[in-house]
Amino acid sequence: MGRKLDPSIRAKRGPGRKSRKQKGAETELSKFLVDDEVPKKLSSRGRKRAVKRTQVTKKPKQEEQPKKGFTDENSEWLKPAQRKRKIEQCEEDEDSDSQWEEEDDDDVVKDLDHKGMAKDDDDDDDEEMVDDYGAEEGDEQDSDGEELLPIEKAARKQKKQTSMKPESDDDDDDDSDEEEGKKDSKEDDDEEEEDTVQANIDETEQFKLPAAADRAKEGLLLMDLQTIHQRIKDNVDVLSHFSEKREEGKERSEYLSLLRSDLCTYYSYNLFLISKLMDLFSLSELIDFLEANEIHRPVTIRTNTLKTRRRDLAQALINRGVNLDPLGKWSKTGLVIYDSSVPIGATPEYLAGQYMLQGASSFLPVMALSPQEGESVLDMSAAPGGKTTYMAQLMRNTGMIVANDANAERLKSVVGNIHRLGVTNAVICNYDGRQFPKVMGGFDRVLLDAPCSGTGVISKDPAVKTNKDEADILRSAHLQKELLLSAIDSVNADSSTGGYLVYSTCSIMVEENEWVVDYALKKRNVKLVPAGLDFGKEGFTRFKERRFHPSLKLSRRFYPHSHNMDGFFVAKLKKLSNTIPTVAKETENEEESTKMETAASPEQIQKPQSKEQKPASTTAKSNMGKKQKLKQNKSETPIITKKAGVKAENKKSDGPKKAKIAKLDGKTSKKVEKPVKKQKVKELNGDSTKEVKEKKKGSQFEKKNKMKKKNLKKRIGKNKFKKLKNILGEAESDL
Amino acid sequence: MRPLTDEETKTMFEKLSKYIGENIKLLIDRPDGTYCFRLHNDRVYYMSEKILKLATNISRDKLVSVGTCFGKVTKTQKFRLHITALDFLAPYAKFKVWVKPGSEQSFLYGNHIMKSGLGRITENTSQYQGVVVYSMSDVPLGFGVAAKTTQECRRVDPMSIVVFHQADIGEYIRSEDTLT
Repeated sequence: MGRKLDPSIRAKRGPGRKSRKQKGAETELSKFLVDDEVPKKLSSRGRKRAVKRTQVTKKPKQEEQPKKGFTDENSEWLKPAQRKRKIEQCEEDEDSDSQWEEEDDDDVVKDLDHKGMAKDDDDDDDEEMVDDYGAEEGDEQDSDGEELLPIEKAARKQKKQTSMKPESDDDDDDDSDEEEGKKDSKEDDDEEEEDTVQANIDETEQFKLPAAADRAKEGLLLMDLQTIHQRIKDNVDVLSHFSEKREEGKERSEYLSLLRSDLCTYYSYNLFLISKLMDLFSLSELIDFLEANEIHRPVTIRTNTLKTRRRDLAQALINRGVNLDPLGKWSKTGLVIYDSSVPIGATPEYLAGQYMLQGASSFLPVMALSPQEGESVLDMSAAPGGKTTYMAQLMRNTGMIVANDANAERLKSVVGNIHRLGVTNAVICNYDGRQFPKVMGGFDRVLLDAPCSGTGVISKDPAVKTNKDEADILRSAHLQKELLLSAIDSVNADSSTGGYLVYSTCSIMVEENEWVVDYALKKRNVKLVPAGLDFGKEGFTRFKERRFHPSLKLSRRFYPHSHNMDGFFVAKLKKLSNTIPTVAKETENEEESTKMETAASPEQIQKPQSKEQKPASTTAKSNMGKKQKLKQNKSETPIITKKAGVKAENKKSDGPKKAKIAKLDGKTSKKVEKPVKKQKVKELNGDSTKEVKEKKKGSQFEKKNKMKKKNLKKRIGKNKFKKLKNILGEAESDL
Repeated sequence: MRPLTDEETKTMFEKLSKYIGENIKLLIDRPDGTYCFRLHNDRVYYMSEKILKLATNISRDKLVSVGTCFGKVTKTQKFRLHITALDFLAPYAKFKVWVKPGSEQSFLYGNHIMKSGLGRITENTSQYQGVVVYSMSDVPLGFGVAAKTTQECRRVDPMSIVVFHQADIGEYIRSEDTLT
């Protein structure tokens, strides 16, 4: 795993200086024994040098003289050209330690005194001047033509050196020094030096895509994680400045596929999840996200205001040796634990129910729900009871809470936590959430923290990295849709204080969040309302080929890298009416038609997506066809759809709903069987006739009566008291 | 879920009265609505009428817990108080015992309270009187039975037991599965 890797530290490769110095006796010996032994493989430069060595006659006695020639700092590099050759050779013949160290100094000094060189040069012969010029040129190359202070140049050069492999570094510098002296090949030398510099730049900055064959080999060999990390960085760099840094003839997709496989290896995700995440985030954000998943979120606790106050709790915990801080401006009950000398989940304060261990993100859905005192609230998937107890605390133990969970085992922790925190208004039951409106309905508020793939909490459960695939996501999305619909049906829209529902998941997948909510917006009379959370990112209204309802930007997304809490999604819905626009003939037709239009995928789940995809041009067409249909309307008796009834009954339905209908008009107007809808569309478009309006009114009344009867029959059983009260109240007011 | 029989009510109230005496009636007559006891799965739950009504919607096999669990009726028809009842015992307790911070931990691990760990004790506590145990900062930790009278406690040696352990809040962790 790469979690401990610090990308800022780059380990130097190859043997260090010390290893050179501490050569054993055997190497010394080998020098004596095999004197003219050449290294196994000479580089091209090495070979050149070897040739030169044979050409030049040696004069070992004159070695020390040149150094005496110049007494100032420049003595290192300012040397009479003829002699220099010999010095270099000499140094080469010796153990190369001294050379190594000298070189470093050499370069720095060279650069430092770069400016003052002209003066010194006056003393020297012409050769030197030219030589210096050459060196200067090389430096200018480094600095890309911009004027730099000598110290900056020195730093730059040094940096470059460290980034170069020691071996090649050695060679290059040898070369340049060596060949400085040669009159004939002066021009060549300059060029060569430039070349080497250029090559070094290439090595560090130009990122090359490995060939396909190489990549296939990598699969077999175990790659160094560090190399992969470096490659990821380079790759991201190229991708973010693609037009400038790309390699000729390489497609973006090639880079992306390499990046994908690298990320998979480095962070050990499966290919599917990485691809999903790449769709979700920009590249730099993606790396941040993946890195954030490698570290744990801070431990947070929530004060149980039923039993204590935050200040008292903080004091008590500090006395136990806990280092803590308030969570943030947005929470009055949260505390962050930095470190603790005692186990934070077993202090007497914890056992006495003064606080609850709870992730910061788990506060959000309850804050969004903001249950009021005296309301009845349903928590559909309650385990382990953190959110349930938070709700009870906000309601100050009044009203009632139904805490449901499908898993009986997990309910034990709910029981424990509810009793520990002193919640007395809770009923705990063990139903499948999908049965819910049948068991009990008419809640003022419902919290649905849906079961999900857990892609937001990878830092908690790294198993998610590898064990999720497309089917898992779609399966949980399907379950979530079912749960959300039954949650919506459990809400009482007529509630004076409530009628709200909060949908949340700890997943960041669009399929499990926006898509699910969008589905519910289509299926039920609900609208999105602001969640009351002033931070977090807006939900997507469009994602790849999918288009969601524009109001989905009212939902909130939270990410580990940007908010330092688990990945989370929160959407708050307001229920507009209790009637369920059931799947009538109309919707079936709709579905059929959408299938026809988009040559749709067989899966039912993908329907909303295809619906949304309809091009705007169809509306134009529909406008053409409307007049015809209108005539048909007049002749036919209008078929009253439930939606019409709903619309009539519920005058509250305003902006977003209309928008929804307007959105629908593209397909509705195409169909001849749906006159009422067309009327609505007409109305919206402002060209409806009086006749139509009258008819509509009539139908509204009819519908209303029908609905009332239905209410009397059906809903009385579910929610006796309130309904009866309502009806009685209405009857009275009628009188 | 059903109301308690007379016998069950009697045994339970007898048990409760050991800890809170005549304050039991404060549990029944509350200013904020009527409260009642119900038996479900041999457990006795204490809840308000409102929640009771709500809970009737839920079938017996799916109902896990309503309101607060006070304890359970054993197979020999005795009543055993659970730690979950502490929230209602502590405010009304007649006899209290405070433990020193050093032996808090020991008590929370399920041990009896020694004289050495005894911080304070209510005057006139008789032997075998039900007591509620507090930490020195007045956080209720559990309950038990006084092994000695207050007078005797003053004299006994430090290692002798002064309160027998019955339930402590450590059980929320130790026996989460059997709480209800």
